Formats: sequence, structure tokens, C-alpha cells
Amino acid sequence: MAKAVLETKGLRKAFGALQATDDVSISLRAGEIHAIIGPNGAGKSTLIGQISGALTPDAGQVLLGGKDVTGLPVQARARAGLARTFQISQLAMEDTVLQNAALGALGAFGRPFGMVRPVLRDTAIRDRAEAALERVGLLDQRAMRTAELSHGQRRQLEVAVALTLEPRAFVMDEPMAGLGTEGSARLTGFLDELRSQAPILLVEHDMDAVFALADRISVLVYGRVIASGTVEEIRRDPAVREAYLGDET
Amino acid sequence: MTRETLFNLAVLAGLIALPLYAHLAEEPFTITLATRAVILSLAAVGLNIALGIGGLVSLGHAVFFGIGGYAMGILAFHAQNYMPLMEAPFLIEGTKSMPMIWLVAVIASALAALVIGLLSLRTSGVYFIMITLAFGQMFYYFAISWSAYGGEDGMSIYVRNDFPGLNTLVPIQFYGLCLAALVLALGFNGALARSRFGLALNAARQVPERVRAVGLDPFRLRLVAFTISGAITGLAGALFADLNRFVSPTMFSWQLSGEFIVFIIIGGTARLFGPVVGACLFVVLEHYIGGWSDYWHIWFGLLLLVIVLFGRGGVIGLIAGKARAHG
Repeated sequence: MAKAVLETKGLRKAFGALQATDDVSISLRAGEIHAIIGPNGAGKSTLIGQISGALTPDAGQVLLGGKDVTGLPVQARARAGLARTFQISQLAMEDTVLQNAALGALGAFGRPFGMVRPVLRDTAIRDRAEAALERVGLLDQRAMRTAELSHGQRRQLEVAVALTLEPRAFVMDEPMAGLGTEGSARLTGFLDELRSQAPILLVEHDMDAVFALADRISVLVYGRVIASGTVEEIRRDPAVREAYLGDET
Repeated sequence: MTRETLFNLAVLAGLIALPLYAHLAEEPFTITLATRAVILSLAAVGLNIALGIGGLVSLGHAVFFGIGGYAMGILAFHAQNYMPLMEAPFLIEGTKSMPMIWLVAVIASALAALVIGLLSLRTSGVYFIMITLAFGQMFYYFAISWSAYGGEDGMSIYVRNDFPGLNTLVPIQFYGLCLAALVLALGFNGALARSRFGLALNAARQVPERVRAVGLDPFRLRLVAFTISGAITGLAGALFADLNRFVSPTMFSWQLSGEFIVFIIIGGTARLFGPVVGACLFVVLEHYIGGWSDYWHIWFGLLLLVIVLFGRGGVIGLIAGKARAHG
């Protein structure tokens, strides 16, 4: 078995009486897309929060490249090589598209306290930002204000910022959310290629995308992983069909 | 060249031409007014780095203005009375040299901003406003009770401090110094807004979650911005004290902190020349309407109301349109 790039061990998180994450151990191996699916309220966002560092688990560990990062804040995990995208786009709306991508590149290169040289004349930062925009197909929109982008374009920019980090692992929280059929299909194709660069932990509601992309799927219900396996195994699993997939398949 | 750049250049030209004219027409009082406007502009430019780019609404920036003022007052007081500040373990004497005073004012206010920032930047929104206000009041009442340096009455410095090669007692020469400081601060502010730091700080105001997710710490960015901001406002305080040759606890008053914020809002938040336009308008209205009615603040308040309600970009927004993103 390939060594896990990203791994959780026995994560637990409760909000009052609600056990939002209940003994979750999952792993993400090099080159794969591991999808997390589950009904609303299954604890997917809580899990993402603990992996990215925004939430502190009550128990358990998060390992990145075999190193325990459970105690590290969000920014330290990002520097350690974890890039996340947000379910609701988190972009600087007043800034241009290029500036948003440049922020990612700046984060990747570090040294954010330069106050004299214009950041966009820094060729290392600019090149990386533009390369990421080109890959998601937003290079022509680079001078636009982010607020003027369509919803779909914002989702693309969200992915572009993660690309500028050149991370060891991606954690994507519903990247397809709100995209039309065509947009979903395009992003699905893009993520398919992206996995060779760094593995993706994908939380997604769009079952077509999940079944098309995932090497492995874990099903989360009431904070617990009730099943984990390949697409075929998950499709056949009676517990999953009862709890979640219903008559869809 | 954008309309905003043209407008900024016009303001700058006015700040050069008007006092020169007043100098030739022998109207020193007009130069004093202009000096006051330029110094208050400088104080608000300092605040604009924290407030405009960083989104940190500090209602305590008079702390740094006051520290700059008292740095000047204390150093000059000891110099004019030939009394060393400290004898043991080593001798520190007062000074009448402006560059020395400015250096002390900038370092002292930067340190104060660093400490206040460390404590207050853990909060945000209304709590941040209240904590900075509380620090302002602390310094205000401390200054009132500090009898060694005049307590509530403040202290007078009889002769303006010196600057090598200039006669600072000539109004236009002192004005030139103040304007140079303002232009340098504006140049720095303009470069900062386009720099790596400006990009990160501006993003930390809009989407702190994103900034963390790319591996940067919004708290550190804000702390550095707050410290720089305090240092610039502190320099303005030292100049203000030299203009009036007088220092008193009112330099720490929360009303003054509020006025700095108002300058920025009237001129245009996060616009490079916003604080300059706001401070100049304030000084002009204070002089002209103030000479006509004691209740001139009512009219100034009305202006503020109109701008907040109808022109979100302040005066510059009305004249030059929406701010353009850099790049």
C-alpha cells in the first residue's frame, strides 16, 4: 500500500450532545482522488475543518506526510503543503483576478512583508499566478475585478488559488457547488488530470462527478464512516444504499 | 493617467502653491493654517494604512499622536531648562534637534502601537474599537496626572526646535518640512498598497480565511500595519507639538482619534489622498465656519452625514469615481 500523504486517525469532535465526527480514520494516497460523500449534516464540513486546522478535534490526529499536524493552525498546515478550496468562495472581491492568484503565490513563496516593490512586478509571483489562471482558463479575465466574475468563474479561481500553492495534497470542499452541467463536466476533467500532481480529498454532492473521479469513496453518516471502498464496492454496499444513495443507482 | 492621479496631483500642487502665495503676500497665518492641515493629514495618512488597507478601525490613534507630541515636549523641556532627562546609569540629555526628536517620537509610538496591537488585535469589530478607545483614555488620564510634565495644563516650549540648515521659525520653512514629511509618507503608503505586504493586508481585511489558507497569518500582517500606522501618526504628533510649541493631554483625547477617522471617511477610505482631502476640508471649515459660528461642528457633521449616506467613496469617490484595483 502506498504511503498516505494525508491521514486522519480516530478523529472525534462533538458540539454539545451532537457527535459531529465520530472516530474518523481516512487516508489519502499519492495519485488518488478520495471522495467523501454523505447526506447533509453528516459532518463533512466539520471533518474538513479539522483537517485544514480551522477546528480543533476533541481526540485523534491529523497527519500530513507522516507528520503530526494536529496542533498546527491553518496557516502552518498550508505552509506544510495542504491546499484547500472553500465550499463558499473565499476570494478578495475588491481585488482583481490576478491579485487573488498572486496572493496564493505570495503565500507559497512566503516573505509577505516586502513594502516597496510592487508585488505584480515580481516575476516569480506573477508567473506562478498567471500559470495557475491559465490552467483553469481564467487568464483572459486576469484584470477583471473578482466581484464581476460569474459564479462558475469564481469556482475556477478558487481552484486556481489552490494551484498556486503547489501543495502536497488538495482538500476540496464541494468544488462543483452551483456549477451547471457543463461547468461540472469541465471541472471534472480538470480534477482528473490534477490528481497526478497531488492527491485530492474531495467532498462533493455531485454524484456523477464523484463516481467519475474517485479512486476510493468514504461514506459519512452521522459523523461515522459507514463504508469505504472503490466506486463499485460503494455502489453495491447495501448499508450505503439504504442510508444515502436510496434508489438513485 | 487616471482621474484620481490627476486630482491627487492637483491637491499636491495646491498644497505647494497656496502657502507660497501666502508667503509672498505676507500672510503668515494662512501658512500656519496650511501647516496644521498638512500635519493632521499626516496623522490621518498613518491611520489610513491600518484603517483603509487593513480595515482596523482604531479609535485610539490619538495615543500615538500624543506620544509623538510628548516625545517632543519632554525632550525640548529638558533642553530648554538645561536639565538632563536621566543621569544614572548613563546621561541622557534633552534635545532641540528635530531629527533626533522625530526619531524618538517614531520609535516610542511604534513601540506603543506594537504593544497595544498585540493586545487589541486579538479582537475585531466593535470590540477592537472599544479596546483602542480604552487605551486612548488610559493615556489621556495618565498625561493629566503626570505633573512632572505639566499635568492637565500641558507644557509650553518657548522656541521651536531646530532643523539643520533651516530657520524653523520662518513659517514657510517649517511648512516645507511638514509637507516633505507628508509627501514621503504618501509615497510610502502608495508603494505599500501595491507591494506584497499591501496585497496580503488588503486580502486579510476582505477574506482572512483565505489568507490563512494560503499560509499567511492575518494577525501578524495587522500587527505590522498597526505598528507602522502608529509610527507615522506619532511623527505627526511631534510636528503638531512643534507647530503649537505646546503639548497637553488633549493630544491624547478620543475626540481627536475620532476626527482622524472622520478625515479618512470624508476624503475617501483607502484612497491615497483621502486623509489629506478630509483633513484640509476640516481645517478650512473649522477656520471659516468656526469664525462665523461656535457651533461649526454641526455643519461639519452634516457634511459627514451627506458623504456617508450618498458618497461611499468620500470626496475623492465623488470626483474620481470608484477606486481601481492595482494591477
